[in-house]
Amino acid sequence: MSKYINLSYRDALKSAIREALKNDERVFLMGEDVGHYGGAFAVSKGLLQEFGPERIMDVPLSESGFTGSGIGAALAGMKPIVEVMTVNFSLLAMDQIINNAATLLHMSGGQLNVPVVIRMGCGIGRQLAAQHSHSWEPFYAHVPGLIVLSVGTHEDARGMLLSALESPDPVILFEYTSMLNLEKEIPEDAGAVDIRQAKVLKQGKDLSLITYGTGVYKCLEAADILAGEGMDVEVIDLRVLRPMDEETFLTSITKTHRALVVEDAWRSVSISSEVAARIMEKAFYELDAPVERLCGVEVPIPYPKHLEDASVPQVYDIVEKVTKMLRP
Amino acid sequence: MKKTASNKPKISAEEGKRLLHQMLLIRRFEEKSAEEYTKSKIRGFLHLYVGEEAVAVGVTQSLKEEDYILSTYREHGHALARGMDPGEIMAEMFGKLEGCSMGRGGSMHLFDSKINFFGGNAIVCGHLPMAVGMALASKKQGKKNVTCCFFGEGAAAEGEFHESMNLAALWNVPVLFLCENNLYAMGTALKYTHSEQKLEKKGPAYGIETGSVNGMDLMAVMEASQKAVDYIRKTGKPYFLVCYTYRFRAHSMFDAELYREKAEVEKWKKEDPIPKFSEYLLKEKMISAEEIQEIEGKVEREIEKAIEFAENGTWEDVKDLTRFVYTESQRS
Amino acid sequence: MIEFQMPSLGADMEDGTLVEWRKKPGDIIRRGDIIADVDTQKGLIEIEVFDEGILEKHLVMEGQKVPVGTVLALIKPLKEAKNVEVEKTEGEVPEKREELEIPHPIIEKKPMISREIEEKTEMPRIKISPLAKRIAEENKIDYSKIKGTGPEGSIVKGDIEKLMISMPQEAEVTEPEVAEPEVAEPEVKPQAPAWDALRMAIASSMSKSNKEIPHYYLEKRMNMSKAMDWLKERNRERPIQKRLLPVAILIKAVAKALDEVPDLNAVWEGSLQRKNEINIGFVVSLRSGGIVLPAILNADTKPVDEIMEILNDLIPRARAFKLRSSELGQSTFTITSIGEGGADKIFGLIYPPQVGIVGFGEISEQPVAEGGMLGIKPVIDVTLAADHRATDGLVGSRFLAALNKYLQNPDNL
Repeated sequence: MSKYINLSYRDALKSAIREALKNDERVFLMGEDVGHYGGAFAVSKGLLQEFGPERIMDVPLSESGFTGSGIGAALAGMKPIVEVMTVNFSLLAMDQIINNAATLLHMSGGQLNVPVVIRMGCGIGRQLAAQHSHSWEPFYAHVPGLIVLSVGTHEDARGMLLSALESPDPVILFEYTSMLNLEKEIPEDAGAVDIRQAKVLKQGKDLSLITYGTGVYKCLEAADILAGEGMDVEVIDLRVLRPMDEETFLTSITKTHRALVVEDAWRSVSISSEVAARIMEKAFYELDAPVERLCGVEVPIPYPKHLEDASVPQVYDIVEKVTKMLRP
Repeated sequence: MKKTASNKPKISAEEGKRLLHQMLLIRRFEEKSAEEYTKSKIRGFLHLYVGEEAVAVGVTQSLKEEDYILSTYREHGHALARGMDPGEIMAEMFGKLEGCSMGRGGSMHLFDSKINFFGGNAIVCGHLPMAVGMALASKKQGKKNVTCCFFGEGAAAEGEFHESMNLAALWNVPVLFLCENNLYAMGTALKYTHSEQKLEKKGPAYGIETGSVNGMDLMAVMEASQKAVDYIRKTGKPYFLVCYTYRFRAHSMFDAELYREKAEVEKWKKEDPIPKFSEYLLKEKMISAEEIQEIEGKVEREIEKAIEFAENGTWEDVKDLTRFVYTESQRS
Repeated sequence: MIEFQMPSLGADMEDGTLVEWRKKPGDIIRRGDIIADVDTQKGLIEIEVFDEGILEKHLVMEGQKVPVGTVLALIKPLKEAKNVEVEKTEGEVPEKREELEIPHPIIEKKPMISREIEEKTEMPRIKISPLAKRIAEENKIDYSKIKGTGPEGSIVKGDIEKLMISMPQEAEVTEPEVAEPEVAEPEVKPQAPAWDALRMAIASSMSKSNKEIPHYYLEKRMNMSKAMDWLKERNRERPIQKRLLPVAILIKAVAKALDEVPDLNAVWEGSLQRKNEINIGFVVSLRSGGIVLPAILNADTKPVDEIMEILNDLIPRARAFKLRSSELGQSTFTITSIGEGGADKIFGLIYPPQVGIVGFGEISEQPVAEGGMLGIKPVIDVTLAADHRATDGLVGSRFLAALNKYLQNPDNL
């Protein structure tokens, strides 16, 4: 049995970056304020002092420019970790990510690999209002050629980056800023993780809760409450939003026959739309009730706390919804 | 290949013939492409390089094998000048498996990693940040190669142009920003798109060494680009070179050319780099009229061969549609 | 002769209007010459010719709008032989030829199966979950009269299963058994081998029981008022499919009583051997005859709710022959129950090597004297058959008393 240590999400991310920089000379971190400032969210604090400006590169505010440079450096044999401070600014780099990173392998008939890793702080929950609270996972998950990962747990915060750097194809990592201070126990020797499959975090037989990102801990908490009420739900962290691992949730449905998909992103044309469609396509005759969804309310995220909270599913929403589904 | 740092290219008769051959090959290849397009053999967008040959041929002379080239959607000239096989390019445009990008890219996406030719990038200015990144990688890896990035003057209005110039200068990376100023961004003239039409003024604003040259004059282009590349190799810093040139044909095949006068086109045709260079060679007695005919004949045969290669190419099986989305050894 | 066609200048160009001929019949045509002006959606475009020769004839007049690929003019080649050959093979309707060359997967057309759909169009729309429908169809259950308990009153898996448990006879009657007309030979049910084996197994163990075990019998009528009230209270908040049935409380009470009288939770193998775990086997009657004996493991430690859930899971699976081997043959004591509409009492045969079996009759309302008053109460007749080699009547009697104690104090369960 390995020893467990208490680690914040931030420190898990940071120790992954540090390990990657130590392991491979080709790895370097580039992004706005990653160096002298210590990272907008202090994830890279101290790394400039440890690794120097060649490995920890501050870049100007030019998202398209530096993201494209990261892609170019990857084309030419480096392993850049590009930090786009927040997903909100990634819209300015979308041309590079979608038109270049995601297409070059295909357009070149398999000649060119783009082993870039693009990290983005994302999510809602800190009263940052409409322009700084986006959930763009569905945008990126829409694009063939990208590998889109959602860091919903501390073990993934510690391990996903390392696995992403092993990928010959471009990886987008969604990191959730509302979880940065959250501490959890993870094995001391935690490291690289599988980045192909979803994960069943809690077994259950009455209903499958399918989620990702900040939904993961919310669903686990809801599952605890529901267990006290005699409802035994299974919790699945999708983790890999593209290429989506459907096997895991389809298997779960054949056991529970009921599914609720939970996410912060807006409801229309979302990850949950995709999950629900696949369940319908591939597990229709296992369904004992319609697939239900709890998603972000379709509104630019408002500033006041109570309205912000009401914009995305909370633990009590999940408990209430599951109860309704299991005890109509 | 020129090795000396001398300002005036002293070309031999052999070199002169080779250069004329390259320009003619591009010219005839493009004309043939237009024909194949009207026959529906080539589809999608087709942007031809006719008129601008001296730039591609001139600039590539100053580059070495290990240098990287990134180009635009009007890149057949650059690819041919770099030495890509005409048959593979034609097959690519026919959409055949034997194409340089296995038919997946078409006219706008020619790639050949064997000769360090990185496209064929069809979002205007989208490849400039990548060029900076490739040069950054060279610097980090201690390589001495240059990244040459072709783009049109239309791209210089994009934000990414300014971001890339800033990054390249900030990081001191060996990239040649090679602007082919053919005066029209699609069909909109420079004067309608740039507040400062002397594009070479934009380089110094970023602290980038800058030059400009008549892009219709092969020898001048060779000289200017050699100077630029020598500077980059010596200092490791970027260089911005503006070539003034002109495309004789429409922007793409489906273009009524409402935006420019025929007289203007005719005026520029007097500057056609191919007759100009031929005359120079004849005057310097480096070539005879018969030899020029021989080169024409050789080019014709090469293009026939390219067409034949493309015609005989194979259509990829539809069952392979989803190849090359992810690296095959990784996710199959 | 070269056919000069309306060229295709873009994927979105479908046709063009010939505005002006720049070359007349008899004119010499050179490669690169402008032969005509054509008006398109994008404006006037000069049309270039890629052939050489003498213009023979205009086929389309100025002002005419024609689709891409239409022959506009005939050109007589200068270098007759060569050009004619090349152009003939290149010429004809290029768009279509292109399409033909692209390999398409061959899609075999399958005949539409519409008979089933037609037959069903008359049925009123019933809300039933896909899973419930699948189970119902697999088991040939008529779900048209079930009242659903799922979302929006839909029929769910639990409703079908409940029907399968509670209405075995009815289900059997409505079951058309061999509906498929193509089965001409004597029907062989797929379960047949299992049936035979099962029947033989029952025969063997019951013969052994009757032959070897000296049974003694005790009987006691127990008042079920408290237990039924307790159930009612707990069921008030529950959806129908989650409701507790009396059998769950009976199983739990038996388990607790066995905990107090451990000599009955035992096997006889030359001597009495007590078992550490209390695993209550219960007899499930199969609709087509036969019984199976799944077990609720450690029933004394499980809450009544959980026992109910296990029953809901086990019984349908037992009936469908889908029990895992681990769920069979682990019981340390057995319960047999007659259920609704059956006999008042049931006297069981001990399942060897166990040493006891409890039989529960139907719960029915009977006059009961209590505290000097006569009232109508729900009661159940409970029997115990026990192995006289292992225990004596006193032990059995203590067991029934303990059982009764728990049924009168359900909160202690």
